[in-house]
Amino acid sequence: MEAALKKPRWALRAVVAAAAIAGLYAAGLGVQAGFIEYVQRIILLAGINVILAVGLNLINGTTGQFSIGHAGFMAVGAYAAAFTGVHLAPHVASLLGAGSTADAVTFNVALLVGALLAGATGVLVGLPSLRLKGDYLAIVTLGFGEIIRILLNNAQFLGAATGYSGDSAAGLPAYTSFFWVFFWVLVVVALIRNVTFSQTGRSLVAIREDEIAAEAMATPTTRLKVLAFTLSAATAGIAGGLFAHMQSGIRPEDFRFDKSIDMIVMIIVGGLGSISGAALGGIFVAVTLEVMRDLQQYRLVLYALLLIVIMLVRPEGLLGSRELGLALFRRSSKKPGAT
Amino acid sequence: MTLVGRRWFCIAGAALLASFSACKKPGGGAAPGGSGSVTTNESSGLIVGHYASLTGNTAHFGQDTDKAVRMAVDDANASGGVLGKPVKLTTLDDRGDTAEAASAVTRLIDVEHVNALIGEVASSLSLAGGRIAQRRGIPMISPSSTNPKVTQVGDYIFRVCFIDPFQGKVMATFARNTLKLDEVAILKDVKNDYSIGLADTFKASFTALGGKIALEQSYSAGDTDFSAQVTAIKATKAQALYVPGYYSEVGAIARTARRLGLKVPLLGGDGWDAPELFSIGGDALNGSYYSNHFAPDGASPKGKAFMAAFKQKYGTEPTGLGMLGYDAAALLFDAVKRAGKLDGAAIRDALAQTKGFEGVAGTITMDKDRNPEKAAAILKIVDGKAKYEATVGP
Repeated sequence: MEAALKKPRWALRAVVAAAAIAGLYAAGLGVQAGFIEYVQRIILLAGINVILAVGLNLINGTTGQFSIGHAGFMAVGAYAAAFTGVHLAPHVASLLGAGSTADAVTFNVALLVGALLAGATGVLVGLPSLRLKGDYLAIVTLGFGEIIRILLNNAQFLGAATGYSGDSAAGLPAYTSFFWVFFWVLVVVALIRNVTFSQTGRSLVAIREDEIAAEAMATPTTRLKVLAFTLSAATAGIAGGLFAHMQSGIRPEDFRFDKSIDMIVMIIVGGLGSISGAALGGIFVAVTLEVMRDLQQYRLVLYALLLIVIMLVRPEGLLGSRELGLALFRRSSKKPGAT
Repeated sequence: MTLVGRRWFCIAGAALLASFSACKKPGGGAAPGGSGSVTTNESSGLIVGHYASLTGNTAHFGQDTDKAVRMAVDDANASGGVLGKPVKLTTLDDRGDTAEAASAVTRLIDVEHVNALIGEVASSLSLAGGRIAQRRGIPMISPSSTNPKVTQVGDYIFRVCFIDPFQGKVMATFARNTLKLDEVAILKDVKNDYSIGLADTFKASFTALGGKIALEQSYSAGDTDFSAQVTAIKATKAQALYVPGYYSEVGAIARTARRLGLKVPLLGGDGWDAPELFSIGGDALNGSYYSNHFAPDGASPKGKAFMAAFKQKYGTEPTGLGMLGYDAAALLFDAVKRAGKLDGAAIRDALAQTKGFEGVAGTITMDKDRNPEKAAAILKIVDGKAKYEATVGP
């Protein structure tokens, strides 16, 4: 019974995935033709913010740990992806012939290397520090983010303080496009959603609600926290790689402490613990700052004011802990799960 | 959530939506009407975009430059504008952030339809914006980014300040030809590209002029003890010590040198140019020399007139960044007049052919790498104050 049910589900999923990718591709062409570069840029930045926010939400929202070093993971991913891309591109081009296929292969391998390295850094930081709680963990993650930035500031082969932009005068190749940003948004959101609504995800929520009780129920709290941390770090790495190849050059100052705070603003404004809330928060931050650009130096004042108003009016964030648009999804996926 | 709360939330949301739709219009419609106070249309004159850090860690850089650029625009408009039409200036803030700088430049090109760009002070931000300007074929002038990489981005990118290594050459010429020194020791910051670049060109130029480098020593930014290096230098016959670092360490090095009895003058670059130099170094720096983009008391009549006008308008003395910001804008207007049209390629060609343009911070002739060949000022420290000593040409 179960095997018979599973087959069409896999087929259905493949069809849905193919349709999503085709839709993304078409949307990408439409965006490229229909919008000026400036608007396209905001859309890409919003997509990258969504990845960052949804990833960070797994730690800060779902698991209830307070990490303020997310920019550090993003930096690791950005530098690793940029470095890999620059050194891999000639080899891939000689193997596949220069062109968009070679670019796509190089780009995605570079992104995955960035994600892997960022994830590995996540384990490295997480293992010793995730026994800490609350403010103490926050300080450790803050310190980690600063260490990464200072290391990069002194790494001569990565351009030190001037930043890394490859060997060409034009900077890093502009691989980042609408298609690839939102392809990775889909992958990351699907991954985080599946983790959140799995048994592991329930255990993570249990850790957030009461860590001692969770431990008493034989939940391996440290291991799960490291898992969440690693996954979150890896997604930040992907966002970093996308950012690097959109920016044509990266420098350590791009991943300052403020950047981590920006990400925390995204998930708190969107609604802590909600995936769609985090996504909305990411888009909110990218769009609001651009919309207010004409206000010059008063822009940041108004932005801060807006955040204060939101927090006063909706302390739980724009969406609270609700999920938007996933209700339909969940109902259909619950039925077969019940058998 | 109370009813009142929800209403507030709706108002905030509506305000946000309204401002977003107001901003979208210029992109969608055929007429590129800008937003805010800036209106642009095809028949108007030169539109200049300036991106600067009006907020953030380097806010004073951007604000100083923007004041001077505004003055240049006002001056141009007071004398009839450029190509018979008034110049329009749009300044956008980039928070000192590379992603924001790239967004600001894209917006200036796509939404404000600028003909040329001015910016930035920090080299990494000029690189981020410059790559976009180059790709879109919009000429850009950086007022004060000294990293050589900036103009290497492409043929649309210019600057009005000299690049870092040039100062090493200037100081070598001054030390050899004016001070008549035979042997000089070098103490450089090994973690700083700026310091290494200056030290290397100084060494090459000084030896080419027949001088000798007595000893080369190094330190790292953040060091507090320099007695080992100073003692080693004292043992040589060096007649001066070249320290192309930043003011924070230079002050301490000068104090150490005097304490250990090394009495030779110190030589340096524009990294010295900060009031803090004297609060850290005190009397120990008297008799030392450093090179800079300009010297207030050695300015040309044009420079002095600008400084007086700036002080009258804003109530403060202009900084070196301000002088260069004014020159960037003034050179752009001059080039557009010479080009005779607002076409990006024509402005680029006119900029590249700049010869003997008299700015407020020196006379500019563009070399083939789009860096200006201009004289640097040498300042001497007398009684805890920097005084103009000489001008050394390229």
